[in-house]
Amino acid sequence: MNDTILSLTTFLPLLGVLLLLFIPKNSHGLQRGLALGVTLVTFLVSLPLVTGFVTNAEFQFVQNIPWIKAGPFQMNYHVGIDGISIWLVILTTFIMPIAVLSTWTAVEEKVKEYMICLLLLEVGMLGAFVSLDLFLFYIFWELMLIPMYFIIGIWGGKQKIYAAIKFFIYTMAGSVLMLIALIALYFMGLKAGYTDFSIVNFYRLPIDPAIQTWMFLAFAFAFAIKVPLFPFHTWLPLAHTEAPTAGSVILAAILLKMGTYGYVRFAMPLFPDASAQFTPLIATLSVIGIIYAALVAMVQEDVKKLVAYSSVAHLGFVMLGVFALNQQGVAGGMLQMLNHGISTGALFLIVGFIYERRHTRLITDFGGLAKQMPIFATIFMIVTLSSIGLPGTNGFVGEFLVLIGAFESDLRWYAIIASSGVILSAVYMLWMFQRVMFGELTNPKNQTLSDLNAREIAIMVPLVVMIFVMGVYPNPFIDKMAPAIEKTIQMSKAKQQVTVAVQPAPVVPQAVPAAGQSPVEIK
Amino acid sequence: MFDNVWLIPLFPLIGFLINGLFGKAIKEEKVIGGIGALMVFCSFVVASMTLFKMISLPGHERVHNVTLFTWIKSGTFQADIAFLIDPLSCVMLMVVTGVGFLIHVYSIGYMHGEEGFYRFFAYLNLFTFSMLLLVMGNNLLLMFVGWEGVGLCSYLLIGYYFHKKSAGDAGKKAFVMNRVGDFGFLLGLFTLYWYMGSKHGIWTIQFTELAKHAELYPVGGVVTALTLFFFLGATGKSAQIPLYTWLPDAMEGPTPVSALIHAATMVTAGVYMIGRMNFLFIKAPETMMVVAIIGAATALFAATIGTAQNDIKRVLAYSTVSQLGYMFLAMGVGAFAAGIFHLMTHAFFKACLFLGSGAVIHSMHHALHHAHSHDDPQDMRNMGGLKSKMPMTFLTFLLATIAIAGIPGFAGFFSKDEILWQAFANPHHGTLNFALWGCGAIAAGLTAFYMFRLVFMTFFGDCRINPKCKDHLHESPMVIVFPLIVLAFLSVVGGYIGMPKIIGELLGGIPNYFEHFLAPVFEFSEEYVKSQAHATAHHSLVLEWGLMGVSVVIALVGISIAFVLYIASPSLPAKFTAAFPALHRAVYNKWYIDELYDFLFVNPCKALGNFLWKGFDVVVVDGIVDGVGKSVLGISAALKNLQSGYVHNYALSMALGVVVIIAFYLFR
Repeated sequence: MNDTILSLTTFLPLLGVLLLLFIPKNSHGLQRGLALGVTLVTFLVSLPLVTGFVTNAEFQFVQNIPWIKAGPFQMNYHVGIDGISIWLVILTTFIMPIAVLSTWTAVEEKVKEYMICLLLLEVGMLGAFVSLDLFLFYIFWELMLIPMYFIIGIWGGKQKIYAAIKFFIYTMAGSVLMLIALIALYFMGLKAGYTDFSIVNFYRLPIDPAIQTWMFLAFAFAFAIKVPLFPFHTWLPLAHTEAPTAGSVILAAILLKMGTYGYVRFAMPLFPDASAQFTPLIATLSVIGIIYAALVAMVQEDVKKLVAYSSVAHLGFVMLGVFALNQQGVAGGMLQMLNHGISTGALFLIVGFIYERRHTRLITDFGGLAKQMPIFATIFMIVTLSSIGLPGTNGFVGEFLVLIGAFESDLRWYAIIASSGVILSAVYMLWMFQRVMFGELTNPKNQTLSDLNAREIAIMVPLVVMIFVMGVYPNPFIDKMAPAIEKTIQMSKAKQQVTVAVQPAPVVPQAVPAAGQSPVEIK
Repeated sequence: MFDNVWLIPLFPLIGFLINGLFGKAIKEEKVIGGIGALMVFCSFVVASMTLFKMISLPGHERVHNVTLFTWIKSGTFQADIAFLIDPLSCVMLMVVTGVGFLIHVYSIGYMHGEEGFYRFFAYLNLFTFSMLLLVMGNNLLLMFVGWEGVGLCSYLLIGYYFHKKSAGDAGKKAFVMNRVGDFGFLLGLFTLYWYMGSKHGIWTIQFTELAKHAELYPVGGVVTALTLFFFLGATGKSAQIPLYTWLPDAMEGPTPVSALIHAATMVTAGVYMIGRMNFLFIKAPETMMVVAIIGAATALFAATIGTAQNDIKRVLAYSTVSQLGYMFLAMGVGAFAAGIFHLMTHAFFKACLFLGSGAVIHSMHHALHHAHSHDDPQDMRNMGGLKSKMPMTFLTFLLATIAIAGIPGFAGFFSKDEILWQAFANPHHGTLNFALWGCGAIAAGLTAFYMFRLVFMTFFGDCRINPKCKDHLHESPMVIVFPLIVLAFLSVVGGYIGMPKIIGELLGGIPNYFEHFLAPVFEFSEEYVKSQAHATAHHSLVLEWGLMGVSVVIALVGISIAFVLYIASPSLPAKFTAAFPALHRAVYNKWYIDELYDFLFVNPCKALGNFLWKGFDVVVVDGIVDGVGKSVLGISAALKNLQSGYVHNYALSMALGVVVIIAFYLFR
């Protein structure tokens, strides 16, 4: 049981797809119910992954089955999770039922196809998080792209075709480069005697720093688009505004994490020297993203675009923490990935609620909703505060650890600039909140709005609960990650130290901070 | 020993949860308000027990950490949910729960019949909870949790009447300006943590640990930087120059909120924070100087604005900013105990003043409402002669006014005089001392002036309210008057626990109990100052008495001017403003600081955001991306022409190709 549970989790949604095929076209209720049921069962099935997880740095629930053999090529179905992927898997299975439930009344056409897309997307995302075979990862990575393309292109808004194609081409451009690097990596592995695509093997591969640079760039480019890192972010606001609510929720909550996850799992430990070389560049882009996206978010007229830009800023924090390459920074970054999934996912749901009621997302069309929709107002407030990173909510813990981690590392100055993001996030979020929720209820169309119904409250409650749980007691989450993070940090650093150790060391080693002498100086 | 202190913040949290979740269903105002007030009273009881236990202990055993559980642990970083119980937090606990309880009681009467009554009490309890975390947190991060938490409650309560745009704006302004301060707080925390960790291997943010290693901090340098960061945080929370402009706007909130949050407790958090980390500030002489200068300047600057406001709450708001300036002045000259003492006495008399003004506004509001008048119930020009209508409110208000004006014998005199004396006689700032004292003394005169101006305009003279409303003016119910009486009583007697040394000696050797009680907290700083050579400045008793006399005379002059202008010849102020129209306009419009900030920060930010979005995102980035797409299309469109399918075209290009190749070989 223990070794199949991961595969079961990953492919259960596929079973749902098969069942959906047999349901008559017009029984929308049944289709929705089935999709919800399948995603809920998937979530329940994934829970033993947490309870059965042993807190260490190893991959667990591992399955390694030979899959395709062609000449020297050996591709394996090799899956497993460690502290880095476990919570992302759980986040995925947690968000999916919520996403399905959110489309209950929003999608009226082609419900069956929509649900099939959602379920296929879940397979792709889970597969990408659990793959330990690079080729398998690539397959899942591309698999995610297709259902998302359809979700935006078929069920999207006015500019859906443009948005879908832009999303597709942007992501493909990155993927192609990654594929080339991946094949190159395989041939290098072949030389060293490895015949498969297992990342466990690739981790051990010594790669010439000059080659690392190119391979890192190829991987990093693909991931930077996904994150998205400034200046590769312009597909995101468009995709978000055009996508239906569930699409936006999944895109923000999980798909973007593929990028940051890619850095932690692949780009950094595989190419440690190159990643050290590019750390200043990536930190710069992250910090620009934080400030830039916040400033742009501030002047948005469309609520959904505002939330989309806030995503760019939040992911900038994640990247900064990850590249700080110390326990606090990476743990903060990982935690922030989960937090962003919950808070921004919730924000997109909230935008969906008012859009479904008013069929507009322009801030100026609203105002004074708090009076008309008190339950909605309360939940919106909590989620807003979580997005701002108020202590007591999840957003704070992640952001704080990222900043303190970055401050401790060489990225000190970046951390200082990034800290000013806490001011800007308050500005754009609260200003938006005020204009939408406060003030007088002047627009007659808003005076008849109904408060959240039971289904909508049921969607939001789990998210609100998680906002507080992770804010007040984040330690269980951090604990499970810590050993795997430590290992990743060591891998991402170890090779650099080897190359340093080859040269005779002219100075006294400064690894251990001695009293009275500072090994770290302000640069 | 202090194992049950976690109860202190727990009670208000329970109150918040009950009223927040079920308040709407409970409906009954007495139950909701009762729960709210009772919870704070329970905290007050536990806090009092803690204080008594503390007093029974010898001085060196008065610092205790009570740990509940580990909150965040990652790598070298650890933050616990843990409380620090020492004399300083005891004083703050008493102020927060004591004054807080009275204001909760008052609110039951004041908020009667308001829509969202339960929401008000839920927020008020949440505020008390956050404030208690701030005060009790044994590490910087937990303090920061409270720090941001009180900011949130302030935001929610300022925007309590959220249908008013001005209220929403004021709430947002308060939150954002506080965030600027929080940015400073965070940077201070990071710098301190990183410095002590990387330099000395002490990875901690716990106050007692940080204090234990106080001798490791170098003088100036990095400590100056990090204390300046922390002080930036303090200017935000405690409304000092340059981040003070949110506090007057915060008067949009209901009056009990102004009393509790924007006078007695939250805004003093910055002072408390400096007191808590006095061992760091004392090692940063430059920061101390900045703190002292900002404090003195704010005290004076805000007092000037206070003289020209007509809204009764706005006068008190600027007065609060000004009085907070005194507290920072005390901190900046190393008179930590005096600063905390003024914090306490100020909580008494300013809470009393705000609640009294609330009673007046309440009465005015009802009277105007009865007559369907749209006059502003907060405008003092509509008041006058209220002393006969509201005798108890008047009496308590007068006592608190005398206290804040610094008349000998009242609480404000003892605390303010101590600060002024220390500003003059401290060993830190050399020749600057006289200027610091001068600012404080002039501000004291202005304080006496604008406070008595307020009293005269409100309670004395002819009743200027719409005649139809006159008969509807009445004294408030007991639930409102009772807290006023208690606070007025404290404003009168509260000073005697901290009498300046020279007065105590004159009265037969009464010690300064307050300073004595707090001594363990400030021990390191005291010792450090003594160990410095230049710290041996001695001043004569005559000088001290003389300065005290000067400040009393200045206060009396302020009162006399107010009397002349607003009682004896009420036509004078109009003549004065007519003579100096520009000056009056500038003061009345708060020296145009809000407009300046809009010009300097708000508008450029919006313009930049718009430019980045419409200029950079849309034109540059998307231009490149779409350009790549279009050029691929263009190239393929051009290439398409080559494959025309006409044989003569192919023959022509073949012939041309042959010519080119031959030419290439011939002429190379």
